[in-house]
Amino acid sequence: MSDKQQKATAYWKENVRYLFILLTIWFAVSYGAGILFKDALDAIQIGGFKLGFWFAQQGSIYVFVILIFVYVRLMNKLDKKYGYDE
Amino acid sequence: MSVQTWTYILVGITFALYIGIAIWSRAGSTKEFYVAGGGVSPLANGMATAADWMSAASFISMAGIIAFAGYDGSVYLMGWTGGYVLLALLLAPYLRKFGKFTVPDFIGDRYYSNTARIVAVICALLVSFTYVAGQMRGVGLVFSRFLEVDINTGVIIGMIIVLFYAVLGGMKGITYTQVAQYCVLIFAFMVPAIFISIQMTGNPIPQLGMGSTLNDGSGTFLLEKLDGLSTELGFNEYTNGSKSMTDIFAITLALMVGTAGLPHVIVRFFTVKRVKDARKSAGWALLLIAILYTTAPAVAVFARTNMINTVSDQPYVDMPEWFSTWEKTELIKFDDKNGDGKIQYVADAQVNELTVDRDIMVLANPEIANLPAWVIALVAAGSLAAALSTAAGLLLVISSSISHDLIKKVLKPDISEKGELWAARGAATVAVVIAGYFGIDPPGFVAAVVALAFGLAAASFFPAIVLGIFYKKMNKEGAIAGMVVGILLMLFYMLKFKFGIFDGGKSAVAGLKESWWFGISPEGFGTVAMLVNFAVSIVVMQFTTPPPQNVQDIVEDIRIPSGAGEATGH
Repeated sequence: MSDKQQKATAYWKENVRYLFILLTIWFAVSYGAGILFKDALDAIQIGGFKLGFWFAQQGSIYVFVILIFVYVRLMNKLDKKYGYDE
Repeated sequence: MSVQTWTYILVGITFALYIGIAIWSRAGSTKEFYVAGGGVSPLANGMATAADWMSAASFISMAGIIAFAGYDGSVYLMGWTGGYVLLALLLAPYLRKFGKFTVPDFIGDRYYSNTARIVAVICALLVSFTYVAGQMRGVGLVFSRFLEVDINTGVIIGMIIVLFYAVLGGMKGITYTQVAQYCVLIFAFMVPAIFISIQMTGNPIPQLGMGSTLNDGSGTFLLEKLDGLSTELGFNEYTNGSKSMTDIFAITLALMVGTAGLPHVIVRFFTVKRVKDARKSAGWALLLIAILYTTAPAVAVFARTNMINTVSDQPYVDMPEWFSTWEKTELIKFDDKNGDGKIQYVADAQVNELTVDRDIMVLANPEIANLPAWVIALVAAGSLAAALSTAAGLLLVISSSISHDLIKKVLKPDISEKGELWAARGAATVAVVIAGYFGIDPPGFVAAVVALAFGLAAASFFPAIVLGIFYKKMNKEGAIAGMVVGILLMLFYMLKFKFGIFDGGKSAVAGLKESWWFGISPEGFGTVAMLVNFAVSIVVMQFTTPPPQNVQDIVEDIRIPSGAGEATGH
């Protein structure tokens, strides 16, 4: 395997690892907190919100936005590390 | 000034603005027509994507649906935002690196097959046409209520405006008008929401007002109050739904994956300069969408509480003016069953005397809350911006599918640049006329078919694109088999359980609920069809020849962000 190819493979591996971590959080806040564990979380009340209901109608959306911007940062750093930025 | 004068002024100003932008940004080449020349900044593209995405359904219908469905409405909130995470992480950067004009371009080249390309074109057309018909209907509805013109005249005015800037400017004209439309629609959505939030809870931020205590000094939380009112009238508790957990899960996933697979959203990411811009612009898009999507559930709570308080057990003669205006459009209906002159609004259909169409909640909300006339007019201008921006984006997908994917890539590869540009304009014109026809004379199946559009996108495009990027060995046989089986399965399930075709028509639909597979509704079945698509693709791939080396090299190449160059059609 040439150097160039090795670099490309290593970059792709790190990229996929980031995706795995970010999508786990994506799943946890929406399907986890907002649906599967909604009833359990509803026992906790913050202000006027039951927590599970809040995740389903508010919280998950905030986390989605943060996830994409975190991804942008991570990938910009990764691009620099491998010299793929332009 | 009256509501109607205000509406004429605000709608007139915004329309003049859109037309002005369209003239300023005419398209001179196919590249400008398809991808706006490829130099749009991430923020501008984010705003255009947000306007493109937020349709008449998001602006007008969504808060209303949530107001009546309570927790069950969360499927739309999570489903229509979570899809952007998938889009940003799994699709947008790689498709931008690939650097062509359309989604069928990617499918056709990655799977080295015109059959795959044509299957993709058919899916793109099906999805986009069903969508655009709904938008035209929304335009007609707003015109007929606020400008008191005939609903058909409303649709035709809308058609002319869209035709003007979509045909003239292509993606370039559409992008910059969408930036303006985003500003109009978000302002129009937020202003009444903030007013009402202050009125009801004293908190100017609707997202927080929704979780605050009521302004009446009782110290009760708004949501508690609404839960109480709902149970009192025999409805489900607002913060608890009536759908099964499996179904909620399946619908949310189908909507998320469907969103990520919608061609008119995906093409927006071809318009930015670099791969890193595509990632960033997905972030901007979701942030700008989230402003509306986190406000909508608050609007739903305010509107529902307000409505119950205004009508429940009150004498019919004391109803405010908006009640009778909407009665005229037959979107509110009152039938005094027990003849006591009061409105009984309860869950039990035998006793209930009031039916309210969900679509009017956002439009009527400012009137219900007694807001000034200019706010009501603003909502009308905002809903038109939402409907027109989405319609224009969809028309572009339809026209490029025909002029670029069919004519240029399959039927007549030697067509000149100029000829292709004219073909694109012609296709857009025909598409507007067909969409307008559906808007004026909507076939009964339109509403049902919009749900099908998400299922179709989930069952066809999403697996084919994801496998094309993340699974180098995926070949054309696998991808085509997967797309075809996925779509057919989805169509079958919809026809069976949404239209009752195999069991004696529409009347049988309600009775078939018991036999839903795994208890999943047709709206959520896209999830199952998508999984089947993945499975079929992978199995068929094992028994057929792997893709040629040059295609595997393409896949290696799109995984590396640098050297994206400019989007090309050749």
